Amino acid sequence: MSEDRSVLTGDHFITGDEACAEGGMAAGCMFFGGYPITPATEVAERMAKRLPEVGGTFIQMEDEIASMNSILGASWAGAKSMTSTSGPGFSLMMENLGLGIMLETPCVLVNVQRGGPSTGLPTLVAQADMMQARWGSHGDYQLIALAPVSCQECFDLTLQAFNYSEKYRVPVLVMTDESMGHMTEKVVIPPKEELEVINRKMYDGPKGEYLPFKADDDLVPPMMKVGDGHRIHVTGLTHDERGYPVMSADAHETLVRRLIDKIKKNVDDIILVEEIDLEGADIVIVSYGISARVSYRALRMAKEAGANVGMLRLITVWPFPEKMIRELAKKVQTFIVPEINAGQIVLEVERCAAGNAETVLLSKLGGAVFQPEEIVEAILAEGKAPRKKASATKKKAGASKKKAAATKKKASGAKKTAKTKSSKKTTKKVGR
Amino acid sequence: MRVSGFGGQGIILAGYIVGKAAAIHDKKQATMVQAYGPEARGSACSSQVVVAEEPIEFPYLSASDVLACMSQEAYEKFVGELREGGTLLIDETLVTMGALDKDVQIFSIPATQFAEDLGRKIVANIVMLGFVAGTTDVVTAEAMREAVASSVPPAAVELNMKAFDQGYEYGVAQRAAGGAAAFKAAALEAELIGSTQEAS
Repeated sequence: MSEDRSVLTGDHFITGDEACAEGGMAAGCMFFGGYPITPATEVAERMAKRLPEVGGTFIQMEDEIASMNSILGASWAGAKSMTSTSGPGFSLMMENLGLGIMLETPCVLVNVQRGGPSTGLPTLVAQADMMQARWGSHGDYQLIALAPVSCQECFDLTLQAFNYSEKYRVPVLVMTDESMGHMTEKVVIPPKEELEVINRKMYDGPKGEYLPFKADDDLVPPMMKVGDGHRIHVTGLTHDERGYPVMSADAHETLVRRLIDKIKKNVDDIILVEEIDLEGADIVIVSYGISARVSYRALRMAKEAGANVGMLRLITVWPFPEKMIRELAKKVQTFIVPEINAGQIVLEVERCAAGNAETVLLSKLGGAVFQPEEIVEAILAEGKAPRKKASATKKKAGASKKKAAATKKKASGAKKTAKTKSSKKTTKKVGR
Repeated sequence: MRVSGFGGQGIILAGYIVGKAAAIHDKKQATMVQAYGPEARGSACSSQVVVAEEPIEFPYLSASDVLACMSQEAYEKFVGELREGGTLLIDETLVTMGALDKDVQIFSIPATQFAEDLGRKIVANIVMLGFVAGTTDVVTAEAMREAVASSVPPAAVELNMKAFDQGYEYGVAQRAAGGAAAFKAAALEAELIGSTQEAS
């Protein structure tokens, strides 16, 4: 191959699905195993065309269970790998997503959300897999899920998803949706040398001594390529550093705790948000994906109508930006959470707000995106009628906050810079 | 703007080409969303294109500035969303207009007839795109031309450019005449003419 076709530098007018595929290509993805399903099929289609151009492999598997397994295998063979699916396919991938987490296998899964449960609304939007993304596979674990707001971010965040998955050896989810997947938009792909591409840590010690699950200080074990001559054993059973099954409480505690901690201890690196006019805002929209996109317009319209409103857009949805919401809850009156489901991420916002701010869900069950006016209406309603009531509650909350702040000061030895840090701790305590 | 018609006419492709012309060749921002349902050939279908200098906050139309209709059903479905003072483009081969209760500029072209005369009914959408370029400022004619050329199969470029030029020239002439030609061409009802700006 004379010409490098992995990064199609330039301006493109492509769909969100195609942009996800290009994000994968730019990250160096060399394997896609998937099963077509509306509205995610275009990701697979694009990869089927693009991967052979760089010597990569595209396989249409027999179903989504096998698809997920195939990308785990490819990853262990040394190839960056991804799949894409929606609704029913996402459900089928859950078991092997857990296997990917247990085997610490870097890979990326794009879920183009559609209405559910079951086959639901194949051709229409929803954001109702957000909790499934976090908890859909059994057992305790942490993973990473990102939510793009535009076709440009479908590209950017799929690339970012690969970087996180390589860095932390964990499957990463790109949680887009039908409206984004099928929307065509301008996407600018930068020159290859301007892209940050992270590759997994590789073992470089002597053969015969490799321990596939012996973590370094960063809690992430280096990998190798199957076939390079190292002896390895991998299993979904609880295992030791060699990868051999060990059925004991200790082994389980050690392994699963590390799987959780390698994400939890790096939330500052992993959590990405967009903050708009949060300073001094009474009302804050907390949203993600297509609902956040609509909220941009709603935010502007509400401001024009005189509302004191800001927005926190979750780019990383899992792990959830707990600290940020906790801090913010002490300063704002109300969180408004528009999402195309019956109320999922709002539960996290409410939990983290811990009674310090009111949390209002704006719910739509799927099939259509929010109209900006619907969000504006909710903002203005919060800003006007119940203001007195709300501000009363706020005052109360404010008073208890002061108390908390006082305790904080004592505890932290009155260092101004330490204030935010210690306040986090205080809230944590209160939260639990 | 909205491009509308029925499945099989290349309505989505037409919307895509407008967006591509704006985003890639005019270097602006553009989004295109399509009515995505169980559309098979023959049923109503449309694509919404938003063109802006700034990043686009909301990729859906609340009202359209420009509406191109290539079927009677689409015309009846979407004409209501056209903004006061907006521009209506119709394929008069397939659309018979009724009375309108708002002030809009109307341009009319026998796009499907032109395409049939060129030997391929399938390029009616490209005739319409030429007409869009000739009568509106959504995108520049050069950008649209380039976007058409890069979006159709290589073997069909020549035919499509011919279709584009026909629509474009027809549009430029009609625009120069202030849209008046549209009325003649469409042989519109008297009440309709009375309700539009140009006729008064």
